[in-house]
Amino acid sequence: MPVTETFQPTIVAFCCNWCSYAGADLSGTNRLQYPANVKIIRIPCSCRLNPLFILRAFQRGADGVILCGCHPGDCHYTTGNYYARRRMTLLFSMLDYLGIERERTRVEWVSAAEGAKFAATMQEFTAAVTKLGPNRRLEDLRCRKD
Amino acid sequence: MQERLKQKAVELLENGGADRILGWKTGEFFYDLTPAVFTSSAEIEREFVFSAFSGANLSKYLIAESRKGGKVAAFLKPCDSYSFQQLLKEHRILRENVYIVGVQCAGMCDMEKLRARDCDGVTAVRENGEKLVAETLYGERIVDRKDVLLERCTVCKSKKIVAFDELIGEQGEEQDLGRFAEVERLEAMTPEERYAFWRGELSRCIRCNACRNVCPACSCETCIFDNANSGFRNKAAADAFEENLFHIIRAFHVAGRCTDCGECSRVCPQHIPLHLLNRKFIKDINTFYGPYQAGAELDSPSPLTDYTTADCEPSAVLTRGGNS
Repeated sequence: MPVTETFQPTIVAFCCNWCSYAGADLSGTNRLQYPANVKIIRIPCSCRLNPLFILRAFQRGADGVILCGCHPGDCHYTTGNYYARRRMTLLFSMLDYLGIERERTRVEWVSAAEGAKFAATMQEFTAAVTKLGPNRRLEDLRCRKD
Repeated sequence: MQERLKQKAVELLENGGADRILGWKTGEFFYDLTPAVFTSSAEIEREFVFSAFSGANLSKYLIAESRKGGKVAAFLKPCDSYSFQQLLKEHRILRENVYIVGVQCAGMCDMEKLRARDCDGVTAVRENGEKLVAETLYGERIVDRKDVLLERCTVCKSKKIVAFDELIGEQGEEQDLGRFAEVERLEAMTPEERYAFWRGELSRCIRCNACRNVCPACSCETCIFDNANSGFRNKAAADAFEENLFHIIRAFHVAGRCTDCGECSRVCPQHIPLHLLNRKFIKDINTFYGPYQAGAELDSPSPLTDYTTADCEPSAVLTRGGNS
C-alpha cells in the first residue's frame, strides 16, 4: 500500500501565548477548520523556542514543525520575535545543509486577530508535509511507533 | 622561535611579570603537544615546546587560569587571539590577571598529512623556513610546510593578532584564502547528497566530546549534554538522530561566537570535518546579517544577540538558490 494514501503527518505547532495561541483560539471560535494533525504547544514567546525543542519534536515523531509568533514589531516582550527570527533562519539553514527537507520547518507570524490565517496556514503546511511523506532523516528509530 | 618564546617565558617569571606561564609541552609523542602551565624557569627549560605542532588554542585555559590568583602569561597565535578577545567580550576572562604574548604563526602542521607524504616512522621534525625536515626511521624526508598544514591553516583567515600585551614576531593582516569553498561545494549538492555526506561523516562520531571540551566558545560551566535532566545526556550517540542532534546543537550553541579557530576538527579522533558546520553558520551570518568575525572587535554586537527590523524571514532559506 503506498504510503501517501494513508499517511497522516504529525505536525507540531509552537504558538506564542500572546498572538498565535489566541489566533488559534479565534479560528476555533469562528469554527474554521484546520487539520487535526496539528498539535499545538503553547510557549510564552516565539523566542522561547529552543532549537532543541524542534529536534525533540522530530525525534518523538513529528513530521513537520511550525513556529507561530506575533508579527515582527508586535511582540508582547517588544523584541522576542526578532531574536527568534534570526535563530530560526540559521537553524533552518543548518537543517537544510544537513540534507533535511527544507519544507518540514516553517515560521509564520499570526496575530490574535488572524484566526483565518492560522487555519489557512495549518492547512497549507499540513498538505506540504503530507506530500513530503514521513520524517525519516531526523527521526529516532527507538521512538518509531509503527 | 622556540628559543625566543622560552627566553620570554623565563624573563616574565624572573622579573615578576607573571607567576605562571601557559604554553605547550610534549604529550605522549613529540607531535601531540599539549597545553601546560609552567611555574619555574627550570620547567620551561626542560619542557616548553613551540613547534609546527603547537596547534592547541590556549585561550580557553585562561578562563580558569585567570581566576587562580596571581598573574598568568600566555602565548597566543593569531587565531587564538580571536578566541581570547571573544572570551573577553563575554566577560569570561579576568583581563587584569592575564599577560598576553602574541606569537606570529607560520601555520600549524597535521601529523596525518605528514605521514601520508611518505613519512612513516617519524621521530622528529625540524623546521627550516618553508620546509620541514622529518627524521624518520628510514632516513630524512623533506616536505613543503604548505603541503602538510592543518586544514584550518590552509585557509587561514587572519595573521593579525587582535589582542596582546606584547608581540613576538611581526604583526600580520587579515586575509581571504577561500575558507568557505568547501561549504559552497556542499551547498551546491542536492539535499540527498548532503544527507548522505553528513551521514557518512557524523556516523563516525563516538561522542567523546573532545570537540566540545576543546572549543573556546563552548565554555559553559554546565552543559546541556552533561545535564541528566535534559534528556539529551548520553554516553555515546545511539543512532543517527542523536548524532545529528549533538552536532547541530553543538554548532548552534557557538553560532555567532565561533571564531573559526578549527580546534574542533583538529582534535576529532574520527576526523569529522566539524568546522564545516561552524563555517556554515558563519557564512550564513555573513550573508544574512552582514560580515561579522567573532573576536575581531571587543564592542561590536554579536549577531544572535542583535536584530534589525529589516532582517530576512526564515523562509529566505527556503526560497534561495540551490537545489531543493
